[in-house]
Amino acid sequence: MFKKTKEVTKHGNMTKGQWTWHLMKQYKVGYFMIAPFMVLFFLFTVIPVVASIFVSLTDYNMLQWPNWVGLDNYITLFLDDDLFITAVKNTLIFAVAVGPSSYLLSFCVAWFINELSPSMRAFVTLVFYAPSIAGGAYTIFGFIFGSEPNALVNGWLLKLGWIDSPILFFKDPKYIMPLCIIIALWMSLNTAFLSFIAGLQGLDRSQFEAGAVDGITNRWQELWYITLPNMKSQLMFGAVMAITGSFGFGAIVTTLAGNPPTDYVGYTIAHHLEDYGNTRMEVGYSSAISFVLFLIMIGANMLVQKMLSKVGE
Amino acid sequence: MRNKLRTRRHSVVLNRSAGGDAWISFFLIILGVIMFLPLYYTVIQSFKPLDELFYFPPKFYVINPTWDNYADLFKLMSESWVPFSRYIFNTVFITAAGTFGNLVLSCLCAYALSKIPFPGHGFFFQLVQKSLMISATVGSVITFIIISKIGWMDNLLAIIVPAWASTLGLYLMKQFMDTNVNTSVLESARLDGASEFRTFLTIAMPMVKPAWLTVIIYSFQGLWASGASLFIHSEELKTLNYAMTQILTAGIARSGASAASGVIMMAVPIIVFIISQSKIIETMGSSGMKD
Repeated sequence: MFKKTKEVTKHGNMTKGQWTWHLMKQYKVGYFMIAPFMVLFFLFTVIPVVASIFVSLTDYNMLQWPNWVGLDNYITLFLDDDLFITAVKNTLIFAVAVGPSSYLLSFCVAWFINELSPSMRAFVTLVFYAPSIAGGAYTIFGFIFGSEPNALVNGWLLKLGWIDSPILFFKDPKYIMPLCIIIALWMSLNTAFLSFIAGLQGLDRSQFEAGAVDGITNRWQELWYITLPNMKSQLMFGAVMAITGSFGFGAIVTTLAGNPPTDYVGYTIAHHLEDYGNTRMEVGYSSAISFVLFLIMIGANMLVQKMLSKVGE
Repeated sequence: MRNKLRTRRHSVVLNRSAGGDAWISFFLIILGVIMFLPLYYTVIQSFKPLDELFYFPPKFYVINPTWDNYADLFKLMSESWVPFSRYIFNTVFITAAGTFGNLVLSCLCAYALSKIPFPGHGFFFQLVQKSLMISATVGSVITFIIISKIGWMDNLLAIIVPAWASTLGLYLMKQFMDTNVNTSVLESARLDGASEFRTFLTIAMPMVKPAWLTVIIYSFQGLWASGASLFIHSEELKTLNYAMTQILTAGIARSGASAASGVIMMAVPIIVFIISQSKIIETMGSSGMKD
């Protein structure tokens, strides 16, 4: 779109630097237009993330001037902090349980919805999207899985005679993780889902007709050879959304099971971060925690990008 | 897009077995019921009178619907904490101020990134795109320090202003402009002597109305759900979602009231989505991530 900036490398007798400066002056209004957003974006997103890398190498605690401690924080994290290991383990379990399944679910439901008539489509989309848009609606599981005998789940389990006394779902270590995973899945048909629906609707019909001529005989082949390769950019965007979503998990656990939850079941990196960063004010140490989380998220994104590049081959 | 849908309906449907269609319907119905049930049950609970709330086992329908639980909500909260209307006001205020700022800033920034070839526009967009890959948790500790240094502790600005620079809306808006705003139209306006800002306001903006709604709904959705915050200590500055969590943890006597507050929480964003659904799907058509 902006071929103008790159099509010529020599501009009269200007050097590359002079030419860039010339462009900067010519298009300076662009900088004014991005400035309000970018100032806030840097202040509240970019600087905090970048700064945490450096702060993690110090013992900063908001009271004293920070000392350089090298990798000490990381060594403590991985060798001496059992709770951190628990948190990493839980975070990864949540991410692996929720990320891929929410992604597949989003795609399958979107794909199925696309087979419906246009008038049905809007309604079914709403049904599946409602839980994720209903804003903090997961709190309602507090009374659906309540511990009273007349709460929905306990009530019916008692009535059917499957249990003798009500289960304390959000206090019993056995149930916390599975329940929170199910709730996360319930509300996971979000941005990626809408993006898939839009992507599927935008596909060019003639390609499918050509495919049928070329010997594609069922909808699965059609999916793999035509639909998916044509939706790669949406699949990519959806994956990014699904990954970010699958790590933003602590809130569900905190709301329903408390922080920390019983026996630290369902205790995630986000909880550990909050504990050290916001409660104990050990900023250096908690920055190390957040940098580990950062690396995990970047790693997950790279892995998924690699996998998606294989689609349709 | 609409044209394509229409041809689809009239053209021969390819490669569709009846068995496959049946399975798909079956799967969608089962899953749809599971998705819908918790929301439905919450609505039902919120209209049950006290004696029906205590039925064992709980019923999936209500015999004598009543508004009592909604009235209770306001009564209950006014006795012990700040009035319930205060939580509603806070949430509405945060949502309105945050969404408005996010919309204005995102439009300006998206236009410049998409249509003005200033050196560095690619870098800035890459940065925005990369930021979608990490959750806000990563920077939360330093953000906490920055907010406290600015002096926004216990101030709603601590929630509102960072929301102005939330990147998902900007990303979607920019992608939408790339595909839907024709650069040559802008070029001719510029040749006519319109300033860049004027071109933005009178030509580009009316062309991206669907993307406005998308920015609005994402911002809205996030802010409406904002609950307990590390930045806010005063009870009178807390949000609806926070209040709802409090009511929930209070136990059985209030289960009707907590369902009612759940309904209030859910209803607003769902209604906003119903109104804007087709525009959002249209915007999402260009959401793809290219590299």
